[in-house]
Amino acid sequence: MRQVAIYGKGGIGKSTTTQNTVAALAEAGKHIMVVGCDPKADSTRLLLGGLCQKTVLDTLRDEGDDIDLEDILKNGFKDTRCVESGGPEPGVGCAGRGIITSINMLESLGAYTPDLDYVFYDVLGDVVCGGFAMPIREGKAEEIYIVGSGELMALYAANNISKGIQKYATTGKVRLGGIICNSRKADNEYELVKAFAEELGSQMIHFVPRDNIVQRAEINKKTVIDFDPTAGQADEYRALAKAIDGNDMFVIPKPMTQDRLEEVMMKHGFLDAI
Amino acid sequence: MLDATTKEIKERASGGVINPAKTCQPIGAMYAALGIHGCLPHSHGSQGCCSFHRMHLTRHFRDPIMASTSSFTEGASVFGGGANLKTAIKTIFQVYNPDIIAVHTTCLTETIGDDIPNIIKTSEIPEGKMVIHTNTPSYVGSHVTGFSNMTKSMVNYFAEATTPLKKEQVNIIPGFVNPGDMREIKRLTRLMNAPYIMFPDTSGVVDSPMTGEFQMYPKGGTTQPELIDTGNSKLTIALGRFASSDAAEQLDKKCKVPAVTLKAPIGIKATDALLMTLRRAFVSDVPYELEEERGQLVDIMTDTHFHFHGKKVAIFGDPDIVTGITEFVMSLGMIPVHVLTGTPGGAVGSVVGSFEEDIKELVDQAGLKANIKAAGDLFTLHQWIKNEPVDLLIGNTYGKYIARAEDLPFVRVGFPVMDRSVHSYMPIVGYRGAMRLIEMISGALLDRQDRDAADEDFELVM
Repeated sequence: MRQVAIYGKGGIGKSTTTQNTVAALAEAGKHIMVVGCDPKADSTRLLLGGLCQKTVLDTLRDEGDDIDLEDILKNGFKDTRCVESGGPEPGVGCAGRGIITSINMLESLGAYTPDLDYVFYDVLGDVVCGGFAMPIREGKAEEIYIVGSGELMALYAANNISKGIQKYATTGKVRLGGIICNSRKADNEYELVKAFAEELGSQMIHFVPRDNIVQRAEINKKTVIDFDPTAGQADEYRALAKAIDGNDMFVIPKPMTQDRLEEVMMKHGFLDAI
Repeated sequence: MLDATTKEIKERASGGVINPAKTCQPIGAMYAALGIHGCLPHSHGSQGCCSFHRMHLTRHFRDPIMASTSSFTEGASVFGGGANLKTAIKTIFQVYNPDIIAVHTTCLTETIGDDIPNIIKTSEIPEGKMVIHTNTPSYVGSHVTGFSNMTKSMVNYFAEATTPLKKEQVNIIPGFVNPGDMREIKRLTRLMNAPYIMFPDTSGVVDSPMTGEFQMYPKGGTTQPELIDTGNSKLTIALGRFASSDAAEQLDKKCKVPAVTLKAPIGIKATDALLMTLRRAFVSDVPYELEEERGQLVDIMTDTHFHFHGKKVAIFGDPDIVTGITEFVMSLGMIPVHVLTGTPGGAVGSVVGSFEEDIKELVDQAGLKANIKAAGDLFTLHQWIKNEPVDLLIGNTYGKYIARAEDLPFVRVGFPVMDRSVHSYMPIVGYRGAMRLIEMISGALLDRQDRDAADEDFELVM
């Protein structure tokens, strides 16, 4: 079983990319569980066809500790198993603790069955506290992909997340598998993100071009693979899935200083464009 | 026991604490809240916190300490404790019917950031009842900080300036002391003919008499009208900077009641200062009764001087108490060699100053030198004693392990004292409290002399 955690700046397209990649892997016959680790609970919507999944924490609140696995685990596209951790309403409680609680709950309920090929953790924005690092703690995800784009703030966030990975990697087995570029059509984006990934000591595992079919599929509560299997964009996600499936480059990232990051940005992003 | 304590003192790079000389903030907040009449302290957090705090207080006072809890579950820690606290408030008023609930937080609820005032505002509170709160994260300060915070909250929630002119009355904040001490401070104030409001006042609550009938809310405690009226007093006397001055300053800010901070009235000098402050404020003479007590104390100090003159002593405990004891043992001719508190020098945003500077000033005046430390621990104290031995140890129950390891006479003073009884009924403040301290100190020293004396040196008269 390979456990994979997806991180990246808020709004970069983590959930969309994760679900499309998972759909492509499922299409190729893999058994997958997706664990949404975001209080907004929108990490499995496209796989479940918009079905509003009751989150682990909501179930815990309503039913108490006596929960069955089927209360929180729903099968989606091609029998992918979908779980949403959920969390408190904005402004109260502790979302980080919520993730710890729900992952522990999944373990004790036996959700991690040996027939699974993949478990994907879709984690919100940044590793703001210990709870959001739960998916990459000992015995959980050992490979991480960061979703980024050619925008400075996205790369800044990716660099910051790399610092978190580096900290966990030196004491554990977690490694960076690569940067997924979810194109924003920034200047010279391909070269920039590639250079950035290499500077970290990693790779740009795939460049996902921007295509409005993704939005159309989302409005229809579907992944692109489900919505239009013949679309070019569906092939992009298949390529990404294949790259992840065949990936053998797992590294401890070498995060850059702010100055170096801006240098890389100037050299590969703006200067080439001018 | 404590055999592993080394003489060599190494700097602990980790900042770790070994055998702390302090405890949790909520214990202080809970104790202060018990000093309000008809008040049930409420611990907003997990059950274990509340149980430990009640147990600690119960062991010290040997009276059952009442307090309720929000009983956090894992769900409450994730979703916030709003629902738990609201339900608790409703249930408590239905079942236990106090006049006031005093909520304090715990580390868990502080860390997840529960917004207590907002939760209280949206709770069902019956007409005429009140819910007050204070924040007590234990990773800041100590139980003394918690006491100070709850006392300050009493000012925030109750004190009102309602009269155009201030009344001829004084507010007295006694600090984290026993009910026996509070009774003694009130007696002194009465004898000085000064009308007073003492808050918090745990006498009659944690030292309530056996009547054959259980009373959830005993007769003692500062009443709500009194707490409101503190805003109309012409003076606040805060006894002890660490436990009391924050509330006094707040009363000055909120209701323009001038504040005077004095040392806890332990020993002749500090008691003189309290009485002189009252005399100046109320233009009254010190009555013969108190002059007589003072004269008796001076007589005793002279008669027994040879029992303790020149003896070396180590003192630890809460900062206000330790400061008072240090000053007093010096006036007895003893030499404070090691002086330590577990409470940090001054919490963030608080008006209290430095414990270390206070003690240093005292010993400097006497031309002495001492090891002095705030935010210290008992391991450090033990190491100090190994390096520079003493004749006597003064502190709370936790000192007994050091006393045993180093074979030291030991006088139990402060909080908590869990292995001896009656202490909480008896004062260490005022002239009579000073007499009691002398009795305890010379008793401990002479018992030791008797124990170690050869037959031919075993004296009938000492």
